[in-house]
Amino acid sequence: MRRISHTSSSVGFAADVCSQPQCRAVSPRTAVRIIPCLDIRAGRVVKGTQFRDLVDSGDPAELAARYEAEGADEIALLDISATQEDRKAAPDTVASVRDAISIPLTVGGGIRSVSDACRLLESGADRVSINSAAVRDPSLVGELSRRFGVQCVVVAIDVKKSGTEGVCAWNVCIEAGTIMCTGLDVAAWARRCSLEGAGEILLTSIDRDGTASGYDLPLLRNVCGSIEVPVIASGGASRPEHFLGGIEAGARAVLAAGVFHRGELKIETLKRYLSAQDVEVRPC
Amino acid sequence: MKIRSRVKSLAIASTGAANLASVAALCRRAGIEMNITDDPDLLLEAPYALLPGVGAFGPAMKRLEDTKLGKAFVARIADRKPTMGICLGMQLMCESSAEAPGTAGLGVVKASVQKLAAGPGAPLPQLGWNEVRPSSPACFVRAGWAYFANSYALSFIPQPFAGSTAVYGREFVASLELWSDKDDVAPYLLLCQFHPELSGPWGLALFRRWMGVGQTGEL
Repeated sequence: MRRISHTSSSVGFAADVCSQPQCRAVSPRTAVRIIPCLDIRAGRVVKGTQFRDLVDSGDPAELAARYEAEGADEIALLDISATQEDRKAAPDTVASVRDAISIPLTVGGGIRSVSDACRLLESGADRVSINSAAVRDPSLVGELSRRFGVQCVVVAIDVKKSGTEGVCAWNVCIEAGTIMCTGLDVAAWARRCSLEGAGEILLTSIDRDGTASGYDLPLLRNVCGSIEVPVIASGGASRPEHFLGGIEAGARAVLAAGVFHRGELKIETLKRYLSAQDVEVRPC
Repeated sequence: MKIRSRVKSLAIASTGAANLASVAALCRRAGIEMNITDDPDLLLEAPYALLPGVGAFGPAMKRLEDTKLGKAFVARIADRKPTMGICLGMQLMCESSAEAPGTAGLGVVKASVQKLAAGPGAPLPQLGWNEVRPSSPACFVRAGWAYFANSYALSFIPQPFAGSTAVYGREFVASLELWSDKDDVAPYLLLCQFHPELSGPWGLALFRRWMGVGQTGEL
């Protein structure tokens, strides 16, 4: 039962302190969530590499229903439309996915205001995720959480390594990674978001997105160690060990897209692996 | 073209902030007609009623008072009419909440809502699936995994309720139920800290059984 040595763990699991399976008593918390993410453009699922080179990956409602049946704990829908015309399809897409699944649905992309969020929530989102708009006006985070509750508000943070170590080693990027330098340090920004009222942080490494090389673990440890709200790991996971690494680095949920869309890793297989590593998951 | 007499209906209190799309999807799956209302008389008379739960304790309580929906809930529960509360909707049935000190709840449940115990690896809010454990085999809510999104909960099952619990940092109440008669098929009052509408087939089966449209052999 020895787990693959990956990181120095910041989260204590039962396996670290006892080797007998039967001494794993009642879990003190919720199961780690596996979240397939559907990037949406004009009503279709697309997938790219480092936010570019998009290819069509199917119908959102069909894919979401398949993932629920396979054991997904939540679905994330990210509208990456480049134009307002394409974005008009978003509420209909949200509604069709909501009808197809009976698990939580988090929707992000292009939310600029309370009324944008409201439209998506009314269409069937359970939670909204905001990114660039929060950087431009952090008070929007508070407005949303006062109106809908903290559990409803996710702040998505896209991060790129700045090349320099120490302070600001990770730069917060906005506008789908097209604006590379906001000058914000990721840990400081994540702390600010949690103080403003974010219920969760969705942390994406742009460097790792679509590269299948695993989550950026130092980045995850840095952010998870800086805030008290849960963090979703995103960007680069393809092998089961990558997901385990993200969880050991402190993430309470792990997100991936391409590896699930391409059928390279089944959620059921991933959950079996995590469970064998003494990570609590909801049975499929 | 629905044949109204054959379709069961559920009156849902309009609390303003609550997101009802998932509850609507649950009703569609269960074949239940839903009516969102802020009319206390309609709510009082409805065969089944639901107090949904998204938002904060203070503003939601104020709205229940302004609309007089709160009084309608208390009255219908006193009459033992089937009533359900979800998440904040369960908490509003209590006497008070640590989320809004000084604000009185509906007081149907003689207990006060506490903040969950955050700890290492158990950040707040609790977001995710947790294992629900019935306090007795006779409970209406059966063992299973349910989806939670909360920072507050009851810390014990008060008399005369039956219920279920889950653990997040420490044990908290996952559901409460009150039966009119042990021979009934369902409790007249069912309060869920979790979200049945987001808890997959387990949540749907629970909702169907409570609405009396369950199918045999279900969870």
